Amino acid sequence: MKDILIKGGRVIDPSRNIDAIADLFLSDGKVQALTHLNQTSDAEIIDARGLIVCPGFIDLHTHLRQPGYEYKETIASGTQSAARGGFTTVCCMPNTDPPMDNAALVGYVKHLAAQEGLIRVLPIGTITCGRQGEDLADMAELSHAGVIAFSDDGSYVASAHLVRRAMEYVRSLEVPIIEHCEEPTLSKGGQMNEGAIATRLGLLGIPSAAEEIAAARDIILAELTGAHLHLAHVSTAGTIELIRQAKRRGVTVTAEVTPHHLTMTEEMVLGYNTQAKVNPPLRTPRDTEALVAGLQDGTLDAIATDHAPHTENDKLCEFTAAAFGISGLETALGSLMGLVHNHKLDIGLLISSLTTGPSRILGKNFANLGTLATGANADVVIFDSEAEWTVDAAAFVSKGKNTPLHGAKLKGKVLLTIYNGEIVYRYGGI
Amino acid sequence: MDIEASAKPQDIWQHRHVLDIDDFSRGEIELVMQTANAMSEVLSRPIKKVPALRGKCVFTIFWEVSTRTRGSFELAAKNLSADVVNFTAQASSVSKGESLIDTLNTVEALGADIIVMRHPISGAPYHALPYVKANLVNAGDGWHAHPTQALLDLHTIHRHRASLEGLKVSIIGDIKHSRVARSNVWCLTKMGAHVVLCAPATLLPSGLEGSCDHFPRVEVTTDITEALKDADVVMVLRLQKERMASGILPSLREFIGGYQLNAARLAFAAKDALVMHPGPVNEEIEITRAVAHGPQSVIREQVASGVAVRMALLYLLAGGKEL
Repeated sequence: MKDILIKGGRVIDPSRNIDAIADLFLSDGKVQALTHLNQTSDAEIIDARGLIVCPGFIDLHTHLRQPGYEYKETIASGTQSAARGGFTTVCCMPNTDPPMDNAALVGYVKHLAAQEGLIRVLPIGTITCGRQGEDLADMAELSHAGVIAFSDDGSYVASAHLVRRAMEYVRSLEVPIIEHCEEPTLSKGGQMNEGAIATRLGLLGIPSAAEEIAAARDIILAELTGAHLHLAHVSTAGTIELIRQAKRRGVTVTAEVTPHHLTMTEEMVLGYNTQAKVNPPLRTPRDTEALVAGLQDGTLDAIATDHAPHTENDKLCEFTAAAFGISGLETALGSLMGLVHNHKLDIGLLISSLTTGPSRILGKNFANLGTLATGANADVVIFDSEAEWTVDAAAFVSKGKNTPLHGAKLKGKVLLTIYNGEIVYRYGGI
Repeated sequence: MDIEASAKPQDIWQHRHVLDIDDFSRGEIELVMQTANAMSEVLSRPIKKVPALRGKCVFTIFWEVSTRTRGSFELAAKNLSADVVNFTAQASSVSKGESLIDTLNTVEALGADIIVMRHPISGAPYHALPYVKANLVNAGDGWHAHPTQALLDLHTIHRHRASLEGLKVSIIGDIKHSRVARSNVWCLTKMGAHVVLCAPATLLPSGLEGSCDHFPRVEVTTDITEALKDADVVMVLRLQKERMASGILPSLREFIGGYQLNAARLAFAAKDALVMHPGPVNEEIEITRAVAHGPQSVIREQVASGVAVRMALLYLLAGGKEL
């Protein structure tokens, strides 16, 4: 492994409150003090002048689809896609086929990730057997096998009793329960956000209340049990308020938001654009404003992509027949930088939401991720905040070309991704 | 034909397809009305046939059961001397989108110049549009749109009222699931009418309180007396029985009690108010038999207008030449 010296970049490391022009030295897969530098002469030198250098991004919410849906994505293609997006760690959701509800499968995914993955893959286990919402999965065994959280993502665990038991059970394991908040009787058959646009299009709406009722129940259960509840892909102003109040009361709740919920609204669906069909649905400008405000005041802890790759045919059909989901890893930074360029979000906060935020949710075992402190994992991303580019879905390395951003002009591009001291993605001549 | 003398349809008419009224200009709607009047004249002749679409092939493809709309389109096309082929698509093939495009491409390969389609999924014709070269006419998609119904309703109103400017038009019944209501809202508001939507709250669509950039301004009420008060036109919608099964309405009895258009309620409307219904009518459910067949009812005229309006649309889509 060759040493790497990144010179002259603007190093932003929220874990240490650093935002300064500095050099960064990577050796033996770790961030090293610059004083070690003179001992080596053959380090690869990267000129990062004018570029931003920060810890590799951590995605708490990725669908890698393997096993079972290899035609949508694989661990190989998904991790390549992640590296291109500046991510060095992804947490993969267990709604595979079969679902990740047993230790053997976790072992298989970890094996695949070690063999074919380009970056770190941290599996998430199911809460219930087969994601059926009926019986608890073998959570302790799953935890010992290496899952970093539990979730039936894609489905809400409808039984409050079962979630209570799951929360009680995982307390000793010190891993979060991640809930996909969607009260199923309210969202049943829904295609997009409920409101005037759904009315215009003649599509059944999904009310904000479906998410908020589900979130409220789980917050109350987290309060009851003391477990760490993490809310996936928060999409409504009402949920933000519920989390804000809960945090004030001291409930152990954290939450994530996706780039698409931060930057897009339900108007994207006009014209029956199946690429903008996602669950939870894109909401209103009032909601996106509340989500941005939620990041700013710490109500939201992390940005996660909910990368949901699908095939062309999954989206090339009538709106109600189309799959929910957006392939998001490769456009995450570019679309989020739009918020920075529009002065809605501070760049330091953006980076912390992709690094220290998710790292804290993962817990103390992952303290050396999401930081450039000496001794930390040499996971680094270098990006050009000013580079403009046009999204070409066909050029994604992800198998999922499903994005509402095809053809959009974004400003902010990942140029280099380093994982464990190795360059795993390099754009152009950097 | 006097159309060609008074106006140049090609200058006003901008549509290759008829998917909904939302993208129609008022001028285009007026042109359709004017052309439909000319078609009504054709229909009054002893030989109701003109050669305008001779050599053209019109396919109707219905993924949903229909008698009057389909028959109306077929007759309209035949009156214009088009060759007409009726395709009945399998409802079971609806679930996957490819079959929709495959079916449309198949009929195109067979020589379709104009495709008239009805589909149970909102937006289906929009999904098909990029893959089709023929002119597409939406004969109803899910809850979304039924543009030819809205235009024939307008034509029917025009037989009794010169202008819609300032008229109060109340639409009563299952608005939420109604493509007829949606297309009528676009059409009527573009023509200057004040539209009131009235239903029990569970049958009203969401998001229409306050102003919205994406839907015309309408008045929404659950109070049928308020809706009917001084109304110039009352449109009653068909109530699907499955609404009760899905828990949206407590019972048929309660709906009839609160929202059926009967003679006593109609008395709140203007004395000469027109009573309309897109059909088929559930007599004694959303409307009493007496009102449906009463002196103010123009329900049968709507059916007749349907042929003239559809002839007008097919004629305009085909280029509006020699009639």
